[in-house]
Amino acid sequence: MKKFERFEGVVAPLDRANVDTDLIIPKQFLKSIKRTGFGVNLFDELRYLDEGQPGQDCSQRPLNPDFVLNQPRYQGAEVLLARRNFGCGSSREHAPWALEDFGFKVVIAPSFADIFYNNAFKNGILLITLAEEEVDRLFAEADANEGYQLDVDLEHQRVTTPSGEILEFEVDEFRKHCLLNGLDDIGITLQDEEAIRSFEETHRQQRPWLFRQPA
Amino acid sequence: MSGQTLYDKLWNQHLVKQRDDGTALIYIDRQLLHEVTSPQAFEGLRLANRKPWRLDANLATPDHNVPTTVKERAEGNSGIKDPVSLIQVQTLDDNCLAFGIEEFKINDPRQGIVHVVGPEQGATLPGMTVVCGDSHTATHGAFGALAHGIGTSEVEHVLATQCLLAQKMKNMQVRVEGELGLGVTAKDVVLAIIGKIGTAGGTGYAIEFAGSAIESLSMEGRMTVCNMAIEAGARVGLIAVDDTTINYLAERPFAPTAEQWGAAVADWRNLVSDADAQFDKVVVLNAEEIEPQVSWGTSPEMVTGISGQVPDPKAALDETVQRSHARALEYMGLQANQKITDIKLDKVFIGSCTNSRIEDLREAAKVAKGKKVADSIKLAMVVPGSGLVKRQAEAEGLDKIFTEAGFEWREPGCSMCLAMNADKLGAGEHCASTSNRNFEGRQGYGGRTHLVSPAMAAAAAIAGHFVDVRTLPANDASHAQEA
Repeated sequence: MKKFERFEGVVAPLDRANVDTDLIIPKQFLKSIKRTGFGVNLFDELRYLDEGQPGQDCSQRPLNPDFVLNQPRYQGAEVLLARRNFGCGSSREHAPWALEDFGFKVVIAPSFADIFYNNAFKNGILLITLAEEEVDRLFAEADANEGYQLDVDLEHQRVTTPSGEILEFEVDEFRKHCLLNGLDDIGITLQDEEAIRSFEETHRQQRPWLFRQPA
Repeated sequence: MSGQTLYDKLWNQHLVKQRDDGTALIYIDRQLLHEVTSPQAFEGLRLANRKPWRLDANLATPDHNVPTTVKERAEGNSGIKDPVSLIQVQTLDDNCLAFGIEEFKINDPRQGIVHVVGPEQGATLPGMTVVCGDSHTATHGAFGALAHGIGTSEVEHVLATQCLLAQKMKNMQVRVEGELGLGVTAKDVVLAIIGKIGTAGGTGYAIEFAGSAIESLSMEGRMTVCNMAIEAGARVGLIAVDDTTINYLAERPFAPTAEQWGAAVADWRNLVSDADAQFDKVVVLNAEEIEPQVSWGTSPEMVTGISGQVPDPKAALDETVQRSHARALEYMGLQANQKITDIKLDKVFIGSCTNSRIEDLREAAKVAKGKKVADSIKLAMVVPGSGLVKRQAEAEGLDKIFTEAGFEWREPGCSMCLAMNADKLGAGEHCASTSNRNFEGRQGYGGRTHLVSPAMAAAAAIAGHFVDVRTLPANDASHAQEA
């Protein structure tokens, strides 16, 4: 995983509540056995006017000109501004893979669904939860100002607007540490190998039926 | 000091290490694997030269991509026409073989939807932690197990370490008190709960379902309720262990042996919330007020009773909701204030990890018996949740009831719940579906899903539009909730 560094990025506003993972990446693209290449199908049903198929050359497909990511002013966006309960629905990690592959480093919303929240951080995407009023204000500013950018500083847990306004956010220590250092969870967990083995042994003695295989 | 909730007990029994930063290592007893969310996890293990920590904790079966027609299934994997789906199923087979993980392959009679297979085999036991790369893993919480969906990175993490990095959730209790009316099922209960607390109402919580109406449900009904906890935003749904739980498990293949049984049952009896346990949030529903439910929109919270009507977006309280309701009506091709019973249907799907177990099929068959699917219905299909469910249904003659009524009787898999295989809706088609998600495009590009119970789906297939199962003649649906 890449280290998460402070950056300034263009903001794309997706003005819609309860964006589910089926909308982020429709099921026909989950058939891939790879982790990469999902970016061209991010928000496929909103982005294109036809029904997408895996493996298709997306450069030939008709674009929906009304969709935010197709508008010239939002090209190269790295910050996605969203509404409440972003990422609800299925556990597919293809959703953060698609966001990351497209180029998003950050999603800002008033709330996120639990499984998506975990999955995003494990792929180096920072999810920032801000108050509903703050998100409303960012939507208004992004809409009013072409080329609107935000400065995202994870280390100091703050987002700075072009006018210099600072919005502070919470993030748990462990996730922050992993993102800033680009760390792999499994390696960290295996440092506790002894503790796991010892727990497992006691657990097996106390509840042997949990370890049983059919004859 | 107040007592512990069921969730607290399960958490404490599996806590390997609590870290100072608020995260914890939780030991995982069972991981269920399927073809869609596991290939990248196995690839990760290979790249890092890691081996699975404990092979026998894992059980795999292909379900999302498998075709469900009898003809295609007779050919095994080579019956999968879509080459990309075939690679995915083949990759699961290859990975399970290479790493030594038990798999119920495509034509094994034990194959099926992973959340039907686990409990059916007794591979889900009370007091276990159960994970799977699928959000409907909440299903297994019906057994007093701590079960939730995880992403692929976490699948890899569990394979490699037998642990999950987790943060403790908050406790919510949803109590449904009173007696359910005739024709009102577990599906209606959970849809009513989601309608009440909303699709994000359970975010951050483990929900324990309790109350006399929940206690009166069979294990299969309880699984239907816990299955949809995620549709209320909660990764975890739970129900306390009682005689119903214990009786269901006796003599299942993975269940404790005769020598272990007494000790296991004694241990399971503790898997209830203490009388003085404190919940962070409590929601109470009156069972008598719940009628058969039908979803009208594109989120499971957009649901109402069969006697109701499609809401007017202008009546919603806040602007975000007004816009999402208006957008939902446009997508669904419905009018504000239209009666639910006036919604005409094109297809009917009975199946999915929510409602494809034997009792679900019995409920639907009671309604379909001796009737014909309406001419206006292009396709009505019944997809059993596993090979064993299918076999049982056929032994009871349910398949004949369905096929004589004009339903297609299929082979087990996820099928049209998420339309990764060939079973899907066409654009604009309305479907009465016993599945769990009515998101835009979920059952096919432009498809319009209405979530209902098996009895309601069968009744809609016969009538061609939604009808109240409670109004059908007594010998049809009035016993739909028993068994």
